[in-house]
Amino acid sequence: MFTSSVGKKLVMGLTGLFLITFLVIHAGINACIWANDGGEMFNKAAHFMGSSVVIRILEIGLMAGFLIHIIQGISLEIQNRRKRAIGYAVKLGNRGSKWYSRSMGLLGTLILLFLIIHLSQFWVPNRSHQGWLLGEELNLYDRMESTFKQPWVVLVYVLGCISLFWHLVHGFQSAFRTLGVSNHRYLKMINNTGIGFSLIVSLAFAMMPVSMHFNWI
Amino acid sequence: MEHYTMNLKLKVWKQKNTSSKGSFETFEVKDISSEMSFLEMFDVLNEKLINEGKEPIAFDHDCREGICGMCSMYINGRPHGPWHGTTTCQLHMRAFKDGDTIVVEPWRANAFPVIKDLMVDRGAFDRIIQAGGYISVNTGNAVDGNAIPIEKEKADSSFAAAACIGCGACVAACKNSSAMLFVSAKISHLALLPQGDPERKTRALNMLAQMDTEGFGSCTNTGACEAVCPKEISISYIARANAEFTLAALTSDK
Repeated sequence: MFTSSVGKKLVMGLTGLFLITFLVIHAGINACIWANDGGEMFNKAAHFMGSSVVIRILEIGLMAGFLIHIIQGISLEIQNRRKRAIGYAVKLGNRGSKWYSRSMGLLGTLILLFLIIHLSQFWVPNRSHQGWLLGEELNLYDRMESTFKQPWVVLVYVLGCISLFWHLVHGFQSAFRTLGVSNHRYLKMINNTGIGFSLIVSLAFAMMPVSMHFNWI
Repeated sequence: MEHYTMNLKLKVWKQKNTSSKGSFETFEVKDISSEMSFLEMFDVLNEKLINEGKEPIAFDHDCREGICGMCSMYINGRPHGPWHGTTTCQLHMRAFKDGDTIVVEPWRANAFPVIKDLMVDRGAFDRIIQAGGYISVNTGNAVDGNAIPIEKEKADSSFAAAACIGCGACVAACKNSSAMLFVSAKISHLALLPQGDPERKTRALNMLAQMDTEGFGSCTNTGACEAVCPKEISISYIARANAEFTLAALTSDK
C-alpha cells in the first residue's frame, strides 16, 4: 500500500500532520519565554520535556517522523522530476498553480538546512550535556539569549520561519486532500485554518529570536 | 465580435519520430481570419507547406467540437491555449492579435512519448482504462434506465467526472506529470453510481497501479491540472480517489 504513488503521498500527509502537532507543542513551550520571569517558566517547561522518560521515548517517534518525511519527500521530488525528460520552452508557471505549491521540495530543503543549524545550536549540545540519557540539562534560556545576540542567527531563524510558513500553507491543506477529504465546504475550512495556523505558528517562532535580540523580554 | 485578419509567426516543435531529437522550427502564416479555429489555422499552414513541397506538421485531431479529446497542443505554455475550459479545436484565432508569435509544443511527459511533431502516444490512458475503468455486465438485456434509483446529486457529480475526455492536459500541465486528475475522474464517475459499486475496490487499486506502471508522477495537489482542464474537472475528485484507494487498500486483500 505504501509503495504506490498514492501511498507515498499518504506517508507524506500523515507524517506532515504529525509534525504539525509537534509544532504546536514546540511553539507552546517556547512561548513561555514571554512570561517575563527571566526564563524561569520556560526552563521548567524545558526541563519537563528533557527529563521525562516518556517524552524522551516519544522523541524517538518524532525523530522517525522527521526522517521519514524528509527522505520520502526528497525521493518523491527526484522521482517526479524524472517523469518529464524534456521540459517546456514556455512554462505554465503561476497560471496553473501557486509558486509555493510547486516549491515544496525547495521550501522543505530550506527548512531542513535551518533544522540542522537549529539542532546543532540547542538540541545536540543539550542532549550531549545530558550524556544522551537523563542527565542534568543546560540552562536553555541563557543559551537562547546568548545565541540570539548574533544578528546572523536571528536572520537565519526568520528566514527559516518564512520557509516554514509557505511550506505549511500548501502542506496543511494538501495533507487533508491526500487523506481523502473531498467535501468542498470542509476543504475551504481546512484551507483557511491552514493559512491561519501557518501564520500564527511561523510568526510566533519568528518573534522568539527577534524579541530576544532586541531585548524586549 | 468584429472580424479581422492577422499575420502570425509560429514556433512549432518538429520531431521526426519517437527516437529522434526534435527542435523548434519557425513558420509564418498570413491573412488568418479571427473566426478560424486554431486547428483551421494549422490546416492553412499545412496546405501551404504541401503546396511548397514540404512536409506538413503532424498534429492530433478528430471531432473538432471539443468532445473527443484528441487535440493536444501546448500553446504559449498552456495546454489547449489561453482560453479557460476550452480544447485546442474550440480555441479561436480571435484569442490572438496581428503580429503575435505563438509557441506550440507537444504534451511533455515520459509516459506520453512523441510520435511525430505535435502528436503524442496517449496509449497509457487506454491501458489505465483497461485496468478497471469499466463495469462488468456479463449477460442479459440492457436494464431499464430507471430500474436502479440514483440520487440526483450523485448522478450530477458522476456526470461531471464523466465529462473527462482523456485529452491528457492534466498530465501536460502537472509539474510531476501526474495523471491523477484523469484517473480520479474515471474512478469517481463509476464509484458514484450503483452500477460501479461491485468492482469499486479492485477498480481503484488496479487503475492506480496501472497509472504507476505507466510512469506518471505522483500528485502533490498543486492544482495546475484543474486550472487547465478543458472540461473543468474538479481537483476534489483526486481527494475522492485517494479515499477510494485508502479504503480499498485497507479492506481488500488484493
